[in-house]
Amino acid sequence: MQNNTVVITGIGLISSLGEGIDAHWNAFNEGHAPRVDSDTFKPYTVHPLSEVDWNNQIPKRGDQRQMETWQRIGTYTAGLALQDAGIKDDESLCSTMDMVVAAGGGERDVSVDTQILAEARVRNDLGTMLNEKLTTELRPTLFLAQLSNLLAGNISIVHKVTGSSRTFMGEEGSGISAIDTAVARIRSGQSTHALVGGAYNSQHPDMLLGYELNGMLKIDGWSPLWQRERATGGGIVTGSGGAFLVLESAEHAHKRGARVYAAIDGIYSAQTRRGRIDLTQTVAKLVGAASADKAADLIISGATGAKIVTAAEKAALDTFSSPVVRGVAGKLGHLREAQFPIVVALAALSVFKGTAFPPVDSENEKSGPPSIDTALATSIGATRGEGVARLVKV
Amino acid sequence: MSKYTDHLGRPLVAITGLGVVSSLGQGKQDNWEALTSGTSGIHTITRFALDNLRTQIAGTVDFLEESTEGASALSQELALLAAEEAIAQAGFPIHDFGGPLFLAAPPVELEWRNRFALDALVRSEGEPGYDLLLAACRRGPQPEMFNTAEFGYIAEVLAETFGTRGLPITLSTACASGATAIQLGVEAIRRGESDRVLSIGTDGSVSAEALIRFSLLSALSTHNDPAHKAAKPFSKDRDGFVMAEGSGALVMESLESAISRGANVLGIMRGCGEKADDFHRTRSKPDGSPAIGAVRASLEDAGIKEDAIDYVNAHGTSTPENDKMEYLALSTVFGDRISSLPVSSNKSMIGHTLTAAGAIEAVFSVLTIQTGTIPPTINYDNPDPAIVMDVVPNEKREARVSSVLSSSFGFGGQNTCLVMTAEPN
Repeated sequence: MQNNTVVITGIGLISSLGEGIDAHWNAFNEGHAPRVDSDTFKPYTVHPLSEVDWNNQIPKRGDQRQMETWQRIGTYTAGLALQDAGIKDDESLCSTMDMVVAAGGGERDVSVDTQILAEARVRNDLGTMLNEKLTTELRPTLFLAQLSNLLAGNISIVHKVTGSSRTFMGEEGSGISAIDTAVARIRSGQSTHALVGGAYNSQHPDMLLGYELNGMLKIDGWSPLWQRERATGGGIVTGSGGAFLVLESAEHAHKRGARVYAAIDGIYSAQTRRGRIDLTQTVAKLVGAASADKAADLIISGATGAKIVTAAEKAALDTFSSPVVRGVAGKLGHLREAQFPIVVALAALSVFKGTAFPPVDSENEKSGPPSIDTALATSIGATRGEGVARLVKV
Repeated sequence: MSKYTDHLGRPLVAITGLGVVSSLGQGKQDNWEALTSGTSGIHTITRFALDNLRTQIAGTVDFLEESTEGASALSQELALLAAEEAIAQAGFPIHDFGGPLFLAAPPVELEWRNRFALDALVRSEGEPGYDLLLAACRRGPQPEMFNTAEFGYIAEVLAETFGTRGLPITLSTACASGATAIQLGVEAIRRGESDRVLSIGTDGSVSAEALIRFSLLSALSTHNDPAHKAAKPFSKDRDGFVMAEGSGALVMESLESAISRGANVLGIMRGCGEKADDFHRTRSKPDGSPAIGAVRASLEDAGIKEDAIDYVNAHGTSTPENDKMEYLALSTVFGDRISSLPVSSNKSMIGHTLTAAGAIEAVFSVLTIQTGTIPPTINYDNPDPAIVMDVVPNEKREARVSSVLSSSFGFGGQNTCLVMTAEPN
């Protein structure tokens, strides 16, 4: 079996901080306050998507109409990644390219749902009422616009990526598995190049409901990521955005003269029984495994902000010698399925630039070393699933 | 090429455990008896009100306690039952499987019953809507409802129940999901990541809203009476698929590991192939090239020629579009031989089990190899003259089957095919 080096040659990003790698790198270096919206979904705060001209990556209006916001974010970001890798519109590379997408569910029709909730208060025949309302009010194409695997489907249609198409589900863990699987396939020679990533739309009440059923959202405005243990509510502030990566074997990238951001040296993942096994130990073990040869210069943490889980991660990271940690959800919000892809992207970018951006939460994060050539990226799921990636300079 | 590796030097993948639940019953024995006797599991829906619904039939699994507890609870139970049967057959410890889990599960949302229950908590406090549902949550967490809306929850329960290893993968590739779960397992064994894997496809998601969503896309049969006649793949009067539920589970392991521990090898998962379609969200590229590509990729991956295939377990949904495109793909790959190659659709009896279909049909494909009985395509009363195929009409057939192609095609351009054989070489 082969043992190929796996490299990142394309990064696509959109979030509340803007579009593309430069916008993100600058935003993290400039130290402005995070962009938040605490009014629209009061008492919840979200990091809203920056303005996007969808036409740039999804030229057909008809295609745009067939997608809900989350699919549009993902399809757009995938286009940015392909473009960044220099393979957008390269038919032979796209038609042989593998794809793994980390997807959640789509966005329901708020108006139809509200009508049904209202009717339910005055009717006893709930089943009949549901049928009446859903058959007459639902937009036929909405189903596809919210179906998990249709983000990948839209990427195939818009960007012609058709080598394979796999959609992973399961919150943060899906992002971890998506990258892990793509890397494993390229490393072993089962694949030569792959598009992998995810997207999340925080600006939808059903997405907030998904977290708030378990009381996981912060309800007293934004505060720095590592300072939420005593906040009101559950600690998570979600953010809209997407992150896609183009991965290739080093040989494949070299042959076509591609620019390489970093190599993915390893993915370390787990799903421990948190009720029985101390999460701090689990995180320490994963980070330890990822640092076995040599401690990383920088840790880009995908900590969600969720109480207890975030504290457990921080406690684990603090046990490593002079850890330079950046909790990026303090600035981006939590992007659920896209969280691991976005921290891997930011870690790769840091390795490429050879430097760490300034602390996001200066009370809890140290300033960076003058130069770096390795970085870790973590995503510790708010409820389950743990992953760490190790990125090294090539 | 050693006796444990394939034409590309990769570990051969043995199938050592199978489990299945469908509307026909629980377990391989009940299912196989019903399936080979041409019994339909399609019936009039009793789970929810049918007023205003054009389609009133489905292949729901109604015989479990969880059948009325919502999509998440039922999908979970179906997966548990199938996996338990598969692991027991393989002879691994039931609570300490020790290999990774690949789960194809339906993307389910918070059920209406739960939305209504949340609203009931706060109905005196204002106008109904999401603001109020969120306010209801702020009164106190609803962990059970939360679990049903978390896509990673079912895999977590399965992983803890069976002691699978590592971060489980939950996936959806629409109607190809079950086949993708198998493909991911095969790839993991070939990479040497584990000597055993558990791949499951499960779907217990038939609800009013799910049915209406497919109905609004004109995808479903409206042949409500008699229900058992509704699914009629490759017939001239086919008018859509019938939603259904079930679960299929496979334990697969490296042939070397299976032999060395003395396991009973049921068949070999020889090859997997896929090709995405970039034409349309629900329709296939008119030239059928992605489906053709997926079939050819699976044969190539298996290292066998098309003439070595003895039987095709078709996707055969009974929609006008699928069956036409599937015939185009198969007739392109198999040429003139397609008119005499047995091709049958399990969906004529169990309906379209959606996320579970690829896994359930893989289980039935292996049973076909093991027993030498090809299940029929029932309701084949009006052959489509444009589809000249031996669909094993209405009655099972005894035949020596040493290799099967099983195809899965789904919305969103998903095309995945599997090749299973009796022998490693």
